[in-house]
Amino acid sequence: MSAGTLYDKVWDLHRVAELPSGSTQLFIGLHLIHEVTTPQAFAGLRDLGLTVLHPERTVATVDHIVPTTSQARPFADPLAEAMLETLERNCADYGITLHGLGSGRQGIVHVIAPELGLTQPGMTVACGDSHTSTHGAFGAIAFGIGTSQVRDVLASQSLAMGKLKVRRIWVDGQLQRGVYAKDLVLHVIRSLGVKAGVGYAYEFAGPAIAALSMEERMTLCNMAIEGGARCGYVNPDATTFAYLEGRPYAPAGAAWERAVAWWQSLASGADAVFDDQVDFDATTIAPTITWGITPGQGIGVNEAVPSLEQTEPDERPIAEEAYRYMDLAPGTPIAGLAVDVCFIGSCTNGRLSDLQAAAAVAKGRQVAAGITAFVVPGSEQVAAAAEAEGLDEVFRQAGFQWREPGCSMCLAMNPDRLEGRQISASSSNRNFKGRQGSATGRTLLMSPAMVAAAAVSGHVADVRLLLNE
Amino acid sequence: MTSAAPASALPAGPITQVAGRALVLRGDDIDTDRIIPARFLKCVTFDGLGQQVFADDRIELQGAHPFDRPEHQGARLLLVNRNFGCGSSREHAPQALMRWGIRAVIGESFAEIFYGNCLALGIPCLTASHELMLAIQAAAAAEPAAEFVLEVATASLRCNQPAASWELELPPGPRQMLSTGQWDGTGQLVANGTALAATAARLPYLTNFAG
Ligand code: SF4
Repeated sequence: MSAGTLYDKVWDLHRVAELPSGSTQLFIGLHLIHEVTTPQAFAGLRDLGLTVLHPERTVATVDHIVPTTSQARPFADPLAEAMLETLERNCADYGITLHGLGSGRQGIVHVIAPELGLTQPGMTVACGDSHTSTHGAFGAIAFGIGTSQVRDVLASQSLAMGKLKVRRIWVDGQLQRGVYAKDLVLHVIRSLGVKAGVGYAYEFAGPAIAALSMEERMTLCNMAIEGGARCGYVNPDATTFAYLEGRPYAPAGAAWERAVAWWQSLASGADAVFDDQVDFDATTIAPTITWGITPGQGIGVNEAVPSLEQTEPDERPIAEEAYRYMDLAPGTPIAGLAVDVCFIGSCTNGRLSDLQAAAAVAKGRQVAAGITAFVVPGSEQVAAAAEAEGLDEVFRQAGFQWREPGCSMCLAMNPDRLEGRQISASSSNRNFKGRQGSATGRTLLMSPAMVAAAAVSGHVADVRLLLNE
Repeated sequence: MTSAAPASALPAGPITQVAGRALVLRGDDIDTDRIIPARFLKCVTFDGLGQQVFADDRIELQGAHPFDRPEHQGARLLLVNRNFGCGSSREHAPQALMRWGIRAVIGESFAEIFYGNCLALGIPCLTASHELMLAIQAAAAAEPAAEFVLEVATASLRCNQPAASWELELPPGPRQMLSTGQWDGTGQLVANGTALAATAARLPYLTNFAG
């Protein structure tokens, strides 16, 4: 059983009571809400005659359904408009801060909470969205919840939870040029599988992790859930503190010093005990791409679609389903595979450094004929920072569309979607069947720089070659 | 497309037994995007979701999908394989299954968020080993009209034709929550107000480290 890890310490600090069911009532320090998973939760709250216990610990934004072309109200889609109005009314009724469109702070919930300094080390963070694991980058214990649980957190600022085991993912060495946190996490999931993390929290540690920026750590923790781990985290360190200092909701002055001391005390100690450990070497990781229909079906850019013989026996049925769905034969090299749509954005890779990496590839090049390529900044702040650097112009000149912030084609609840059998190069996090809005559409997950490389090449290409040109 | 179970039949109170026909849905890693595609999340109530469960898979199979087959209409137990319900946290997935008529899910393993969502709706999810699951699925597939009875207290499943029974797994916590009717635990959480305040008082970030 784990002991002395950040997970154990944060768990103990937030423990409210042991429930008759055997689960633990855990206090939630930060509750993030958005338009899709909350209408029914507020309705349930009203049905039970309850109110919001800590509206000041609840923060809202709109991201999943917002259009990225025109965000003028009312939206063209009446259902999307109704969802937004419902959230606005609920926030007004209960005194919850809503970072809405045009506020300068709107964006994907997992992008704005960190950039506003809302997410801090040692917190428990919950949100009705599975990629809440993102916030673990700060040394928070952050996990996605369902709508009934959203109602529970609204009513009691707490949840009934079972304690997870802790697996340390130790990464030695350093990522090579052209290889990013996205490649690292796709490599981890490819190696361990999409189910390995069930029942675990993942602690990411080691020299390669220590060297990552906060934005890279967010990419990494964001996809812990794709490996089955409901939360993933990185111990807070100087990089974490430097990122937080001066942010709107971060402590300041004398409180800042006290905060840093408390945060440091929460990191896993040298004597921490883990339930399991797996080691990786960052130096050997290549740009990694998914070829199939689960995030675990990844390969290096210079590899070919694996044969059944190369696949673990229990993974073969889903591999066969993937060959059919993706229309890819085993042995097909992934480099050179033609794509139709290139999407840069999402809570995995829609931050400033992601756009910078993609722009570095796009600069001075042209999107290949017949390809639709677009960039969706993760938030209004990301958009403003990128525009201040002229990245929007770099993208436009290269033939990319520059859009308004939102989730967009990560899950295609807005008008951005694949059509028919189109195949996308996407910097998002899920390649499930139908995920990008067409029941037969196909998704290749990769880093934003690799998406840019695919856009200018017309097919999957090794970004390292373009960076060296 | 089939009609959803009447709203009056949604789970309520202690869940001790689930009885009815069983529907086999084979395959690992069936994610919540497949159970309910994202376009159906544009709703402010869960009411209509029963019609839309597995919408894209059903369109693709043109009536041959297990949820469309006439012999499965009215089935109450869903028999699945590994990592069922992975992916998005959307409660719309168990809601869609429930509103179609499913009252219990038995499989090799479940994604955690999906499992918790089901529990909060009073839908037991029980697990069985790979071999056992294949045996149960084979029995149900061979005789779609067979009646199954799931006993929550003993985590056991039996079937009437041919007569057979299986021992499943259900951890003590969920077992107790379901059988006492405390699966919908909001009231319990709210009732611990004093303990909640005590926990809040030891978290320095709640006062922004005011010291
Ligand atoms: S960007 Fe995608 S994964 Fe992230 S919150 Fe939005 S829909 Fe979910």
